[in-house]
Amino acid sequence: MATPIHEHHGEGDHGAHAHDDHHHDPGFVQKYLWSTDHKMIAMQYLFTGMFMAIIGGYMAYVFRVHLAYPGVHVPGFGQVNPAEYNSLVTNHGTIMIFWVAMPVLIAALGNYLIPLMIGCDDMVFPRLNRLSYQIFLLSAIVLIAGFFVEGGAFGGAWTSYPPLSAKAQYNNTPLGAPIWLVAVALEFIAFLLGGINFVTTAMNSRAPGMKMFDMPIVIWMIVIASILFMASVGPLFAGAIMLFFDQTVGTGFFDPNKGGDPILWQHLFWFFGHPEVYVVLLPALGVVAEVITTFSRKKLFGYRTVLFTSFATGLLSFFVWAHHQFIAGIDPRMANVFTVTTVLISVPIAEMMFVYIATLYGGSIRLTTPMLWALSFLVAFLIGGVTGIFLGASGADIYFHDTYFVLAHFHYTFVPIAILAVFCAVTYWYPKMFGRMMNETLGKIHFWLTFVPFNGIFIPLFILGLGGQHRRIWSYENFPELSRPEYYSLRHFASISLIIMLVSQLIFIFNFFWSLKAGKVAGKNPWRANTLEWTADSPPPHGNWKELPTCYRGPYEYSVPGRESDYWPQDEKS
Amino acid sequence: MSDHGHAHDHKGHGDHGHGDHADHPSYEKTYGILLVLLLVSIAGPEIGIKWVTLVTAFGIAIVKAYLVASRFMHLNIEKRIVSYLLLAAVAFLFLFFAGVSPDVMKHRGNNWENMAAQDEVDRATTEAHNAPAAHH
Amino acid sequence: MRPIATTRSATGIPTGRLAVWWVIASEIVIFGGLLASYLMHRLGHPEFAGPDFAGATTTWIGATNTFVLLTSSLFAVKAHDAAQKGNGPRAANFLWCTFGGGAMFLCIKAMEWTQEISHGYVITKNAFWSFYYVAAGIHASHVIGGMVIMAILSSDVRNNRELQRVELIGNYWHFVDLIWIFLFPLLYIAK
Repeated sequence: MATPIHEHHGEGDHGAHAHDDHHHDPGFVQKYLWSTDHKMIAMQYLFTGMFMAIIGGYMAYVFRVHLAYPGVHVPGFGQVNPAEYNSLVTNHGTIMIFWVAMPVLIAALGNYLIPLMIGCDDMVFPRLNRLSYQIFLLSAIVLIAGFFVEGGAFGGAWTSYPPLSAKAQYNNTPLGAPIWLVAVALEFIAFLLGGINFVTTAMNSRAPGMKMFDMPIVIWMIVIASILFMASVGPLFAGAIMLFFDQTVGTGFFDPNKGGDPILWQHLFWFFGHPEVYVVLLPALGVVAEVITTFSRKKLFGYRTVLFTSFATGLLSFFVWAHHQFIAGIDPRMANVFTVTTVLISVPIAEMMFVYIATLYGGSIRLTTPMLWALSFLVAFLIGGVTGIFLGASGADIYFHDTYFVLAHFHYTFVPIAILAVFCAVTYWYPKMFGRMMNETLGKIHFWLTFVPFNGIFIPLFILGLGGQHRRIWSYENFPELSRPEYYSLRHFASISLIIMLVSQLIFIFNFFWSLKAGKVAGKNPWRANTLEWTADSPPPHGNWKELPTCYRGPYEYSVPGRESDYWPQDEKS
Repeated sequence: MSDHGHAHDHKGHGDHGHGDHADHPSYEKTYGILLVLLLVSIAGPEIGIKWVTLVTAFGIAIVKAYLVASRFMHLNIEKRIVSYLLLAAVAFLFLFFAGVSPDVMKHRGNNWENMAAQDEVDRATTEAHNAPAAHH
Repeated sequence: MRPIATTRSATGIPTGRLAVWWVIASEIVIFGGLLASYLMHRLGHPEFAGPDFAGATTTWIGATNTFVLLTSSLFAVKAHDAAQKGNGPRAANFLWCTFGGGAMFLCIKAMEWTQEISHGYVITKNAFWSFYYVAAGIHASHVIGGMVIMAILSSDVRNNRELQRVELIGNYWHFVDLIWIFLFPLLYIAK
């Protein structure tokens, strides 16, 4: 099928010029609010995600201050009562996963990078792309609306188990609970639609000469993540509809007295919930791959290894879900199966870490801000992954389940994914997005003031978890063994670290906005990287290039022996 | 610009080879087979043997699905990757069923019992026995 | 203004058709999840066969609806055939016939549900009826969606524009038919 590509290539020039002709100045609304340009939509997702991160971070601040100093009037909130506590922890988790990690890592980066890195002018369905964002925005608004209705926002944990989530007599949020569910369902629809765009574009619209194995790893990762999402969310979407009817109409899908089963919800949720963590992990790993190759001036140690490992991880991620349910009353024989698969899945991920370390080994390392973030990801995720093994063993999990050990484990995986890798991506691609360099000094200060306090929050929480502190408890005052002064010291340390970390984000916000106007002009390729996005202007115009590029080689041809230059862009003829 | 793109896509259909009807079964014939299968699946339960009912009901459903998918949706001439993709989606459903049914479908297992579900089954079965009034 | 990206086809499958296959794949898992959940309940609750449960569904109504949808699928594929041959007006007419099939399906379903509800078989009666209404309801919403899209496409198609979209909505429609091909035995036959 080579013929259509050449025909279209000829059409490419024609098309690109046609774009220029239509370029009379669009108004503010057309340019910023109603655009179909993938870069603008990416910005919309990015800014919405960052805004939601502030809300999610604020929630963490409130409940962590409360936990460290029970009964205190939290500045900027007030005293936290049990219902509010439940709403805060529920929505913190929900927001961080669905409204921060996914929109930034998948929607924003996918939208921005896919067309640019594969050498085409936009996504294949620009209007569907715009619709996806609009549905996403609606979902965010619906979620926030839950805080303003009578009874307040849903407080049944991000996992929303029935009967707590199904019956208002238990959850006391008769409006908040269905609102939360509708918001999550809308978010699912937005990402299903977005995923169609990503997968189809990557499959079909690559530059002439770009074979599947010439695509940068981050693109593969976003595509695989989209496919994992599409395959896993189905049963949960059906389940959400069932739960909605249980909540509003009184059906009994999850009510054993009416012939239903609450365990079904758990399975529906986790069948999605486990692949979901890989949905967000893979793009983060992809970002790290791009950054470490660029800043060690080395080829990725094993492109196909990483790729096939990612396929294997994605596939295996469907076979581990019940490790979240070890003590829920599942059949112990199933628990055996899931222990084996869970411990098994650590192998491909560990292998990827080795590949990344091997990529760094012997390289010409440049410790720029993005590189610091990428390296910190490897360190922190290693801790997260290793602690996961304790939890994956069903015997040990009997003790650990629902303790802060679990919480610290998943923050040592989620924070690298949603925070470290995101800052890595933003600081790396900022010059391309905005045409300016961010300030390196401020970037490094922000890095250290984020990374060190992050550890200060969660290492104490590991210790508390080992000591038996359970999750989702408003106050430990009623548990003498958990109210010991040593434990409170740990809680104080964690909460103060959090405050330091949150305040330090102001440095990033300042750097971000100040550099827009006052940063050094970036030029096309300030990092001297190989991938196609660095051949477009910074920022790229509508249509990305006057003439769409052709691809001649893979993305990681750094330090090729015999060549004068230590990098070899994909579109350079030779 | 829109006609431009379409002329190409339209010719792109040429790879389907649809121009002549000689190389694929007629749509009307396929429709006829589907109707016959429908009738068989309705007649199945009339025989009264349970396994016959199940085979006619679901076996025929699978055959009908295959006919619609291959001949109406043209999976028979589509690139095979698409069929693999759809079969993969179905495979995930089997995985889901296999992993969840031991907990939801069965009401007792290794060291556990779902009392509420068992009670509900018993209650509803006795109610049905005691009030066998047919509604239709 | 269509981007060049949309016209490329490194896989050899036109972009629109490829996208519809992805949509169908994700819908398989959504409906499949729902139906798998129903199946688990059905197999674990033999009382579902009783007169208060599945025993009360009317097989001949379900069968008629199956016939209606199969016929509408025939019209859909004939629309595709006409579009292939470049005959826009004929394709548009067949699209409207498909639309009509969908409308008839919905009418029959409305009458069926009215009858069932008036006999007290409401969504909250028991788990079987909850599944019944939710599954058939989501299916019906997809039927409505398909009809809306066909209506929107028909004016372009009649003027010989965007003819490739006939196949795309056809594939979607056949998939909706496929769901019903499985719903019918589940809810009406294998009681």
